[in-house]
Amino acid sequence: MSATSGTFNPLEHLKGDPLEIPNLACGAMAASKPYVAAPAHQKALGFPGELIDNWQEKAVSRLGELLDNSRALRVYLDSCVKCGACTDKCHYFLGTSDPKNMPVARQDLLRKVYRRYFTWGGKYLPWLVGAADLTKEVLDEWYSYFHQCSQCRRCSVYCPYGIDTAEISMAARDIMDTVGLGQKYSNEIIGKVFTVGNNLGLPSKALKATLKGLEEEIEEETGLPVRLPLDEEGADILLVTPSADFFASPHMEGLIGYAKVFHESGVRWTLSSHASEAANFAIFVGSQENMRKVSLRIREAAEALKVKRLVFGECGHAWRVAYSFLNTLAGPFDFLDQNYPIPQHICEFTYDLIQRGQLRFDKAKNDSFRLTFHDSCNVARASRMGDTPGGQFEIPRAILRAACNHFFDMAADTIHENTLCCGGGGGLLTDELMDVRVKGAQPRMRAFEQVVEDHGVTHMAAICAICKTQFSKIMPKYGFDMESIVSVHQMVSNAIILTGSIQDKGYDAARISALQEA
Amino acid sequence: MRTVLFALAFYAAAVVFVAGLGYRIVVYIKTPAPLKIPTMPAPLTHAGVTMRMLREVVFFQSLFRANKWIWLFGWTFHAALAVVILRHLRYFLQPVPGVVVFVQPFGILAGFAMVGGLLALWARRIVVPRIRYISAPSDHLMLALLVAIGLSGLGMTFIAHTDVVAVKAFFLGLMVFDWQPLPADPLLLVHLGLVATLMIIFPFSKLLHAPGLFFSPTRNQADDSRERRYVGAERFEAVSRRT
Repeated sequence: MSATSGTFNPLEHLKGDPLEIPNLACGAMAASKPYVAAPAHQKALGFPGELIDNWQEKAVSRLGELLDNSRALRVYLDSCVKCGACTDKCHYFLGTSDPKNMPVARQDLLRKVYRRYFTWGGKYLPWLVGAADLTKEVLDEWYSYFHQCSQCRRCSVYCPYGIDTAEISMAARDIMDTVGLGQKYSNEIIGKVFTVGNNLGLPSKALKATLKGLEEEIEEETGLPVRLPLDEEGADILLVTPSADFFASPHMEGLIGYAKVFHESGVRWTLSSHASEAANFAIFVGSQENMRKVSLRIREAAEALKVKRLVFGECGHAWRVAYSFLNTLAGPFDFLDQNYPIPQHICEFTYDLIQRGQLRFDKAKNDSFRLTFHDSCNVARASRMGDTPGGQFEIPRAILRAACNHFFDMAADTIHENTLCCGGGGGLLTDELMDVRVKGAQPRMRAFEQVVEDHGVTHMAAICAICKTQFSKIMPKYGFDMESIVSVHQMVSNAIILTGSIQDKGYDAARISALQEA
Repeated sequence: MRTVLFALAFYAAAVVFVAGLGYRIVVYIKTPAPLKIPTMPAPLTHAGVTMRMLREVVFFQSLFRANKWIWLFGWTFHAALAVVILRHLRYFLQPVPGVVVFVQPFGILAGFAMVGGLLALWARRIVVPRIRYISAPSDHLMLALLVAIGLSGLGMTFIAHTDVVAVKAFFLGLMVFDWQPLPADPLLLVHLGLVATLMIIFPFSKLLHAPGLFFSPTRNQADDSRERRYVGAERFEAVSRRT
């Protein structure tokens, strides 16, 4: 199977081993690259508007700064022995056949420059150790191939030294931003977060109207005044969720699910217009300064609204930033209630209520869904839920099992920490990268196809806005319905029986008549 | 002349090896790790991290999960090398410790296993297109160097013996600056010359993976970022409350 760009028909690539190793097709994806950020988008983040004149000198000095400030980068650039363990682990390599999408080869694009300018061997014997000058050709290769990495960290699971290509692609993108060669998609979005408050650029008026509309929808369905409050001071919980949840399917159905769970729990909660976005795209471009600025909005909102707890909605990289980084970037959160995890994932919140028997489900409501679960990479390999390692795998599945009768896992080497990226993460979720997104989804689509065939699976649930958006776009190309991708809390929303709701009365009546017949 | 040359070479090699490696380790220690990035699921405690690291160092756990062939050849080579090094301690220590006496009978077997593992890794580097693609000349040369060290060592057991008593006297003397004559056997001189070369190359090459593993944040960090506020870099100081 050789994948030459332009002639890739996803339907012809759907059947087969998800992890089948392709023959190398050199340069197959050399032409793939995202749009370059406009000067205005660059300057808003403190980067030069366009490629500066002395970019080479500046790039090398920036690499030096990054080396001095990141033990990971330094150790990883030194340590690779080219053993080959990672070569078949990247979904983009499996899907595109381009050898530069092998994790080690992607790292080497930066490592060869590191060796040339920062190591003895590279300075004096570049031909021997594979060192190279940072030429315009090399910079172009960086721009192309460091935007074919979704920073999913699958390679780092298998590397004997834990070398994390995400750290290296973040560094490369940081260097490119520093010399004025930024990526439009990510940088424009980070700018919107600073000016409007969320990725979609949804102003608070529109947000308020959206939430009102959802409240009416839920009331119509359940007969209960389930609320989606915005900026309510003194609420117990601040919910920070990806703005996709306010906007599109299947994200919105997930938001409805959170609202129903909060309602049933009786807790007072609120969204914030100041932090109406959980996503933090600064992680994708490797800018810790911007990542911190985006994170501080959440702290500011929590302080201003005087909440006691912080809960995050279904979003993969946002949960990584929240779980692993928020305490460092915007902590300490000593003003929040220390009896709860800070921050807490909405799945942890729901799971806890299920464990305590406080949620009731009519699982039959989900009988038209035969489900599998897609572990999102940033949740699986860069964060946790619950009290034990691996809780991030068990908790979402436990919720699905509580709300649905039919659940089937995909192949073991494609789930949990072995999970395959959706193909759109890490700042690649933009139309001009559709080719690499479609090909990068191939391994996951094959694993999905296997459970479709073996167990009649109809839907895949996920807890990441990027995964959901990517799959809505990609699944039709592989012959699946665009609505095959669902939110975990959408399944909760379908089946939950809210106390005093229309469903509650109907459910009781049905049970009583069933008991009488028996 | 020969003795002086090799004595000076080993002093130089030892200085470069210790100072070079020491410098590198100091750099790793001093470089901040600003954020928590353990590859999850990760241990929640430092004791757990120690166990994870031990499994990586002793059993190459991640490599085992990645690729059984590379693991088999790579682990065989490293384990055999450890036995071979242990066995070689008898040339540097007087009296010879019990553990070194114990491994003596396994030394030859380990020598073959070491060279076999290296040759298998080298074959993969040539035969498997993915690994050939990522190999630089230095990757082949490193294998050549290690294989040559192994073969010249084995050669002294099976082809041309050397006077090991004299060799031991040379190294014991080296350590107290009382130089004793080194035998003139060609295999011995090749063997020692290559070992000195390896020691000099070590701190400047991918052999830094040895200390590197211990400093790898994805492996040596505990998963406790919610429980304890992690501060890995000065610039991420605590945010004060507005009140």
